Amino acid sequence: MEPIKTFSGKVVALPINDIDTDQIIPARYLKVTDKNGLGAACFSDWRYESDGSPKPEFPLNKPEHQGAEVLIGGHNFGCGSSREHAPWALMGAGFKAVISTYFADIFKNNALKNGLLPVVVDKDTHEQLISLAQEDPNTQVTVNLAEQTVTLPDGREVTFPIDGFSKHCLLNGVDQLGYVMGLDDVISAYESTHAKRISTLQTS
Amino acid sequence: MAPQTLFEKVWNNHLVRPQTDDLPAVLYIDLHLVHEVTSPQAFTQMRERGLKVRRPDQTLATMDHSTPTTPRGLDGLIPVTDSMARAQLDVMRKNCADFGIKLFDLGTRNQGIVHVIGPEQGITQPGMTIVCGDSHTSTHGAFGALAFGIGTSEVAMVMATQCLLQNKPKTMAVKVNGDLHAGVTAKDIILGIIAKIGVGGGTGYVLEYMGQAIRGMSMEGRMTICNMSIEGGARAGMIAPDETTFQWVNGRPAAPKGADFDAAVAEWRRLPSDEGAEFDAEVTLEAHELVPMITYGTNPGMGMPITGYVPDPDRIRDVSEKLAMDKALTYMGLQPNEQLLGKQVDVVFLGSCTNSRIGDLREAAKIIRGRKVAEGVRMMVVPGSQQVKAQAEAEGLDKVFKEAGAEWREAGCSMCIAMNGDQLSPGQYAVSTSNRNFEGRQGKGGRTFLASPLTAAATAITGRVTDPRTIIGEREFA
Repeated sequence: MEPIKTFSGKVVALPINDIDTDQIIPARYLKVTDKNGLGAACFSDWRYESDGSPKPEFPLNKPEHQGAEVLIGGHNFGCGSSREHAPWALMGAGFKAVISTYFADIFKNNALKNGLLPVVVDKDTHEQLISLAQEDPNTQVTVNLAEQTVTLPDGREVTFPIDGFSKHCLLNGVDQLGYVMGLDDVISAYESTHAKRISTLQTS
Repeated sequence: MAPQTLFEKVWNNHLVRPQTDDLPAVLYIDLHLVHEVTSPQAFTQMRERGLKVRRPDQTLATMDHSTPTTPRGLDGLIPVTDSMARAQLDVMRKNCADFGIKLFDLGTRNQGIVHVIGPEQGITQPGMTIVCGDSHTSTHGAFGALAFGIGTSEVAMVMATQCLLQNKPKTMAVKVNGDLHAGVTAKDIILGIIAKIGVGGGTGYVLEYMGQAIRGMSMEGRMTICNMSIEGGARAGMIAPDETTFQWVNGRPAAPKGADFDAAVAEWRRLPSDEGAEFDAEVTLEAHELVPMITYGTNPGMGMPITGYVPDPDRIRDVSEKLAMDKALTYMGLQPNEQLLGKQVDVVFLGSCTNSRIGDLREAAKIIRGRKVAEGVRMMVVPGSQQVKAQAEAEGLDKVFKEAGAEWREAGCSMCIAMNGDQLSPGQYAVSTSNRNFEGRQGKGGRTFLASPLTAAATAITGRVTDPRTIIGEREFA
């Protein structure tokens, strides 16, 4: 994975609480065997009429919000299923970060594994960002992962939490799978001291 | 040693490396369950890096999500008419063959929903760590296992290393005191818990369900409860193993045999939380105060007693919560203060990893037997596995449903996820025994009321949302 550096991007707000992964990418798009090409289906049921034409009032469809890279979502963003297609779809739609007051666990993990930053801010900052995005579609924020800060258009900096290991991996492009594979001896030692309970070969 | 919770015991026993300030724990995984939808990209990654599956003997695959549940053709096979689904299933077959993973292929005698087949095979056992690329993996926690859903990157991690990097979650005790009244079930308990804690209330926690109502419950009821832990935001829910658990596991194909089983039980008896073990949070529910529950909104936290009234958004003070309620009621086509009882429905769905086991079908059949599904209502009965289907047929339950006018289908996720041909049409109302009422979850524009198998069956015969206790009253009901 490419290391993540500081970036500035245009924001777009979708201030709805409990946006679930079925909204981010409806299940009928999950019959793919690839992770690419899901961007067009992101928020499909909210974004398109039944004939496939875009709904003009939906924020992501508005001309002034094209090119937005930071999504401001409502509280408890990404609840529901474990589908990693959700961050794949958001990244396919051009997003590099999602800002919310709260993220669902599995979504947050999946996002971090793909370099989509889940940024938690306080309620006041969240409300301010939503207002700014709605008043001026050219509103930009700067996200600095190393410093764990979001810089608002007025220059105010707010910090956001991220666990140290995820941050290290994202900043340095660390391959987590490679890291655990490097522990092969330790894993083998564990296996040799813990009797194996089951074998799927015994199923019938 | 300080008293430990069930979760802590299982967690500690699977630490390949404990967590430090800088690094998450390396947690060993005993069983990896795999299905066709969340695995292809992981297999691709394995191929690209030239990796092998470390423990094929601890990995088991099935097909359930994108598989049709339509009746078999004259050739005895289940026809897959959707070309994308067919391609995905073919990829699954090739992946399992290439990587040496045992696969329960579509329509074969063991195939079924991933969270039904694990327990059915006896491969889900107390004290294990179990993962799957599916958020309802929490189901297996009913056996005292630590079981949770993972994303596809983590699927590849487990395939290659049999381990996961995890930060230790917090623990929440969920006490369900007292006994349930007739007509009130495990599904009503979990809908009650989620209505109480909210869809994000369990985020960051592993739940442990305890109390008299849980102790008196069948394994199937316990699986229903643990299954929906994720709908309260918790990745995992657990229940301490007891005699009910041991009896369920005993004699199943992958269970330990003879003296090995006795030794395993002796070990499993040490798993329950110690006296005085501390939890980070606690909630309590009184089972005897519960009535059948139903959801009215677009997430599983928007639930209420079936006798209740739809909330009025104008009475919600928090602006964003009011907006969410407005949006939900608009989508659902409901008015504030409206009662759901008596509301006409189009479809009744009995199935899903929440409620598709033999016990669920038996319960529903008690109400359906000798009655007819109301005119204009489509009732789909979708057994959770081919084995559940065969068992139900041996008991004549298929006839009960068919004679009532319900559809008796092949095993799979079906209308719970609407990516397999089984779905609602826009605007249709359904009472579903599944786990999610999100917008479009059961088909674009479809509207879902989540409820128990008893409520679903009672609704099917009247064609309107019905309190099962009003039907049960007419009959002997064990």
